[in-house]
Amino acid sequence: MTAALQVESLNRSFGALHVTRDVNLTLERGARRALIGPNGAGKTTLINLITGVLKPSSGRVVLNGDDITATSQAVRARRGLARTFQINQLFRGLTVLENICMAIGERDGENNNLWRPAGAKRSVIDEALDHLEALRLVDDALKLVRELPYGRQRLVEIAIALAQRPRVLLLDEPAAGVPSSESHLILDVVAGLDPDIAVLIIEHDMDVVFRFAKEITVLVQGAVFTQGTPEEIMANAEVRAVYLGEDGHTAARKAGQRGGQHG
Amino acid sequence: MAVSETMTAPTAPSKSRARAADFLIKRHRFRAAEALPWLIAIAAYFVFPDRMTFGSQVLVMIMFALSLDLLLGYAGIVTLGHAAFFGIGAYTVGLGAAKLGWTEPISGLFAAAIISALVGLVTGWFLLRYRGLTLLMLTLATAIMLQEAGNLRSDISGGYDGLPGLTFDPLLGKFDYDLYGHTYYLYALVVLAIVFFIVRRIVYSPFGAALTGIRENVRRMNAIGSPVHRRLVTVYTIAAGIAGIAGALFTQTNAYVTLTVFDFDNSAKVMVMLILGGTGRLYGAFLGAAVYMILEDHLSKMSPTFWQFGIGLLLVLAVLFARRGLMGLIEDAGKVFTRGRQS
Repeated sequence: MTAALQVESLNRSFGALHVTRDVNLTLERGARRALIGPNGAGKTTLINLITGVLKPSSGRVVLNGDDITATSQAVRARRGLARTFQINQLFRGLTVLENICMAIGERDGENNNLWRPAGAKRSVIDEALDHLEALRLVDDALKLVRELPYGRQRLVEIAIALAQRPRVLLLDEPAAGVPSSESHLILDVVAGLDPDIAVLIIEHDMDVVFRFAKEITVLVQGAVFTQGTPEEIMANAEVRAVYLGEDGHTAARKAGQRGGQHG
Repeated sequence: MAVSETMTAPTAPSKSRARAADFLIKRHRFRAAEALPWLIAIAAYFVFPDRMTFGSQVLVMIMFALSLDLLLGYAGIVTLGHAAFFGIGAYTVGLGAAKLGWTEPISGLFAAAIISALVGLVTGWFLLRYRGLTLLMLTLATAIMLQEAGNLRSDISGGYDGLPGLTFDPLLGKFDYDLYGHTYYLYALVVLAIVFFIVRRIVYSPFGAALTGIRENVRRMNAIGSPVHRRLVTVYTIAAGIAGIAGALFTQTNAYVTLTVFDFDNSAKVMVMLILGGTGRLYGAFLGAAVYMILEDHLSKMSPTFWQFGIGLLLVLAVLFARRGLMGLIEDAGKVFTRGRQS
């Protein structure tokens, strides 16, 4: 069976700065993979390369068997590749309900219609409300996004991505900026995602990573340092040094040199 | 704690669900208050029969501001060259009447709409890759270039002396131009009503929603698969066509046109009107254009040299105390009123 997402020998340089080095990554259908690595390892850059915000210097991105390397961000999204952002990217001046309808409308091509009132298509509204219900956001449906507390806004961020009905979902630190007392709300949603969706999650909280992920990719200085099951990664002394060492930066640099040799 | 409250709040999900759905389903319906500006416009016809030429100019500027609202208020496109399309429309019927003998007014409006829209399509295709200051400069440059092109070929355009003494056929072959401009006022009012109906449909359509999405967050629109450039070019083309109709009406009601229609002043003025009235609200264009024009009319009679001081003062007050324009003030007043009635 073809993988949901395949990244092959992906490279990206900004001038002399080589931020993504020969990255290979595969998400099978229904995958639960975590992407971890120290700050500046190029995790978000990799997401931007996969989604088409950035063009790679070399390498391929394959979605459900189709090479999408040359396509625009919007085309990739319409083919079932959705993402959330590390920092909220929402329609702040619109209601929560409108935020979700926006994603459905673009997915179905509804938003090409210039004449029919937006409220006339009941199925779009009902589906949007279903998504909100699933995330316990219905009571906030008519609030403007900017009036919501940040934790709830993070849920809207995920709800929009789910309304795209993605086959591949990239979550960039879904609980970032949320007080720990509320983060379980978001992590419950992440844990309960449709098992058919292939998920790649960037996360710093190791408890979350080990609870959620079935596979882990460790990115260091732009290159894949190692990949494996949570048990393998936990047992890996060098990864432990990168994350748990007293001097994380030195460890990261050492690991990066090794990673470079490997890759 | 806030979390447990939201977790346990069992406020009948079906009820808030129905309320939420209701909001979107009913939003586009006409409200009684929307009849008000039209009633005022009709009343003005009977109350100020000798000011109908001025009245037509107000209607023209309302239409011009309405087209800018599609761009600025809904799609978030900041342009300082919207007069380009007003000018093209104005010159389409001007040159048509002066050089080709095309003096039938209604078909002239269609011609103006189509030609302006085409220019909007072509320039928009190139310009709308850019945003912010770059776009501001490029739109400004477009209008100036058109003006200079007209200046270079003043043998055709009439230059800054313009094309004077244009004559147009009676409307529908029956209603002739009269000294007080009664015919043209009603004509402009009918055209404005039609254009407004179209704009209103667009604004409340899914496409209109997508425009607000682009205004609110382009990155997210890209991420959910929206063809942002195509949407922007589409609305730019429509707004250009409407601005062209406004320009054509301007020429027809004044019976002359000069290159000043392309002036930066004209682009800036329509933006000031719209911001004064309130962007992204449709009726902001009505209120802003009418208040600006009436004020300009009175102040310039009181003080021909310093009248702009009054406009400036009003703008400062609006920016300080009415950030969402006069329509914003009215909305706030409306909220206070309904709250007072409920309690």
